Amino acid sequence: MRVLIMAKEGEQTVAATPPTPDAMAEYQKFNEELVKAGVVLEAGRLHPSSQGKRVRFDGKKRTVIDGPFAETKELVAGYWLWQVRSIDEALEWLKRAPYDGGTFEIREVLEYEGM
Amino acid sequence: MTAGPSRSVRFSSTRACEGAFTIGPRNAEASADPGRLEAHRAIEAIWRIESARLIAGLARIVGDIGTAEELAQDALVAALEQWPADGVPDRPGAWLMGTAKHRAIDLIRRRKALERKHEEIGRDVEQAQGGLDVDTAIDEVVGDDLLGLIFMACHPLLSKDARVALTLRVLGGLTTEEIARAFLVPASTIAQRIVRAKRTLAEAHARFEVPAGAERGARLASVLEVIYLIFNEGYSATAGKDWIRPALCEEALRLGRILAELAPTEPEVHGLVALMEIQASRLRARMGPSGEPVLLLDQDRSRWDRLLIRRGLGALERAESLGGALGPYALQAAIAACHARATTAAETDWPRIVALYDAVAQLAPSPVIELNRAVAVGMAFGPAAGLELVDALVAEPSLTSYHLLPAVRGDLLRKLGRHEEARAEFDRAASLTENVPERQLLLRRAAECAAGRMAG
Repeated sequence: MRVLIMAKEGEQTVAATPPTPDAMAEYQKFNEELVKAGVVLEAGRLHPSSQGKRVRFDGKKRTVIDGPFAETKELVAGYWLWQVRSIDEALEWLKRAPYDGGTFEIREVLEYEGM
Repeated sequence: MTAGPSRSVRFSSTRACEGAFTIGPRNAEASADPGRLEAHRAIEAIWRIESARLIAGLARIVGDIGTAEELAQDALVAALEQWPADGVPDRPGAWLMGTAKHRAIDLIRRRKALERKHEEIGRDVEQAQGGLDVDTAIDEVVGDDLLGLIFMACHPLLSKDARVALTLRVLGGLTTEEIARAFLVPASTIAQRIVRAKRTLAEAHARFEVPAGAERGARLASVLEVIYLIFNEGYSATAGKDWIRPALCEEALRLGRILAELAPTEPEVHGLVALMEIQASRLRARMGPSGEPVLLLDQDRSRWDRLLIRRGLGALERAESLGGALGPYALQAAIAACHARATTAAETDWPRIVALYDAVAQLAPSPVIELNRAVAVGMAFGPAAGLELVDALVAEPSLTSYHLLPAVRGDLLRKLGRHEEARAEFDRAASLTENVPERQLLLRRAAECAAGRMAG
């Protein structure tokens, strides 16, 4: 199964305190381990929401909203797409991540028939 | 890495431990304790993550897969006893390895003591273990161990069936029952296959090593063959909706991706990964709403998995960038890539596909490749040119009961307006396949030809 990992780190902390070289090295080591285990399909980081836009749909009406967005705790700062054999496996991998803050959300990607 | 003396330390224990345990929700549910259930699920997931590395690290120490797997499973049993009560440790992989390591050291000491009694053998063992620091050796679970385990499980001494079963068992962490379900055979058959495979390896004193030099090519080919067999078993599966069959494709892809990281300079590893990624990208599109097969050129390309295509094209680029002539897997991946790059079936670069099939046919000539080449020629240069090639294959003994030969021939005849001959070929193709949806498709095409003949 595929799971999407959303890093809800909150953009304030990301913008204010860039990760130390040590933290970066630790993160890279973890990511490398994931890649070597054949888990990572895709990974990416997002620009701050100040550069983001939202489009709200209401019937025929479309409203464009400029960032930054208010609900900082829910803001996604990065994502992973993982191939795992169960949600539990994703959990076990995620628990090993070298983070000391933020919330990381695991959601299974809906699969169509076949795979 | 070379096979140092430590790698030739061998033990010949073949004590069977097949199916010695079952973990997972089934057991835990019986206890009806949510905490226990959670711990069991965590242990099952951790086992899936750690087992191959654990077995690989232990196999390097003790020299054979059978003993390594037993030691790893002993550690798993210890985890099942302790973790539900004490909680899962912070570094579960290290805990399992530490536990297994103590048992491995005990075992080595016992065996050394036993073997010292036989002076001559004892001396050999001392020599073999000279310079081996067991603690350091087990602490450093390096990628080469995993690679060594892959080469061992796919050892050419073993039959294809045995290699596949052993690979899924020790590298996939699948249980005997799961492998049996995937291959639609009784669990006892798989259990026997694995026991015999381990015994064969032990009796032949197969070294735990990463082969180098001239041997490496042949050994790697054996590994790639096993991974692709697993993939195809899942890919060609149409029987039942059992999750485990598509899961075989995922498992083969996972093994391929791991291998590509372990052996990044092997172009054919990337070639195989590219081939599997691109083929897997079509899994969703190759079956219609009622389970009927949809041929490549008729597939809804918007349902192809763009992520897997992108990964596949990336893997193909890696294979190409390593230089040299492309191997059979990379060539087949390049053919698959021609389809993947075409936004519509009409945009397919058929002349390039013909050229790639020419190259495949030179490297690995086979009647099936010739048949595929004929299809491409028919698309690139017209059905008459394709038919000429197919007609040359009709007398080929290995294709006499291959349903795709008359199916291809029927398709070319139909395009040439020879409907009656085409109908006969589709009927014949239908009679040769066991696969019900495929047979229905062929019969439908035969009926269309009959209608075409009436109209035309």
